[in-house]
Amino acid sequence: MSDSTDKLVGIVLVSHSAAVAASVAELARSLAGGGTTAPVAPAGGTVDGGIGTSAELIAAASASVDRGAGIAVIADLGSAVLTVKALLAEGDELPDNTRLVDAPFVEGAVAAVVTASAGADLAAVEAAAVEAYTYRKV
Amino acid sequence: MLDADFFRRWMTATAASVDREAERLTALDSPIGDADHGSNLQRGFTAVVATLEKEAPDTPGAVLMLAGRQLVSTVGGASGPLYGTLLRRTGKALGDAAEVTEEQFTDALRTGIDAVMALGGAVPGDATMIDALVPAVDALADSFGAAKTAAEEGAVATTPLQARKGRASYLGERSIGHQDPGATSSALLIAALLEAAGE
Repeated sequence: MSDSTDKLVGIVLVSHSAAVAASVAELARSLAGGGTTAPVAPAGGTVDGGIGTSAELIAAASASVDRGAGIAVIADLGSAVLTVKALLAEGDELPDNTRLVDAPFVEGAVAAVVTASAGADLAAVEAAAVEAYTYRKV
Repeated sequence: MLDADFFRRWMTATAASVDREAERLTALDSPIGDADHGSNLQRGFTAVVATLEKEAPDTPGAVLMLAGRQLVSTVGGASGPLYGTLLRRTGKALGDAAEVTEEQFTDALRTGIDAVMALGGAVPGDATMIDALVPAVDALADSFGAAKTAAEEGAVATTPLQARKGRASYLGERSIGHQDPGATSSALLIAALLEAAGE
């Protein structure tokens, strides 16, 4: 746990759909409860509003949530995952300490935002998001 | 020896061929994908040609790294990061030499293909671009013409395969009987080498 609330982990939500990314960001923010909420930015769809993935939107969203405590990126499918991986491999496209987190999109986003809002560090945020996979519904 | 101009011609020839074949690529992508492969690659390679003209990189490695980066930023589908990684890693492996031998290029392309397999998780036989690229790089030691033939045969050979990666894999056995769009566009990329060489 970090002791400084001004350095929260940022969360980026990458979906093929702008509406999905924005809605999941809103859902996660509202479930984070009152008080300080970790910075969350959606990066959904293509720049022209279509379905797909935009490296530009991912880079902009990442920069916007960078408070110096690291960034957890959660992606939905296919090209969203591959684009984040390719950007991370470039080295200089995303802020330092940005990590693609292996988590289900909705549940992982909620877990990540709630945990990050509590002031947890990047490793704890990642662990909470990954753990969302183990929550069985039936 | 292959210089920066050769690699620029390779990208220009690929862009022209993707333009010509865009409708066919999208048609192949319709029954098993989301019907955007042709238009996605057309947008990507058009942007590659424009940025190469503007920035005029002067080594083979720099040409391919710039092209790869441009594909990652402009394509919008999975082919962006996959082709982007292929070109960027191939370019990186070429270093900053002003000219490279065909053998050095073959080795570098193999490095690029390995990076694509690591990124997407596909192996030969999954009905992906890998099924055109691996036979092509194996044949590249003989000639650009042999590589073109091997890539085209590899693309056709994806037809009876069940797709194991990407959206087509959701179709399971129903993906059998469709030639993979990514393998088909990879064959265009390899065929463009022959044009760039002026053979």
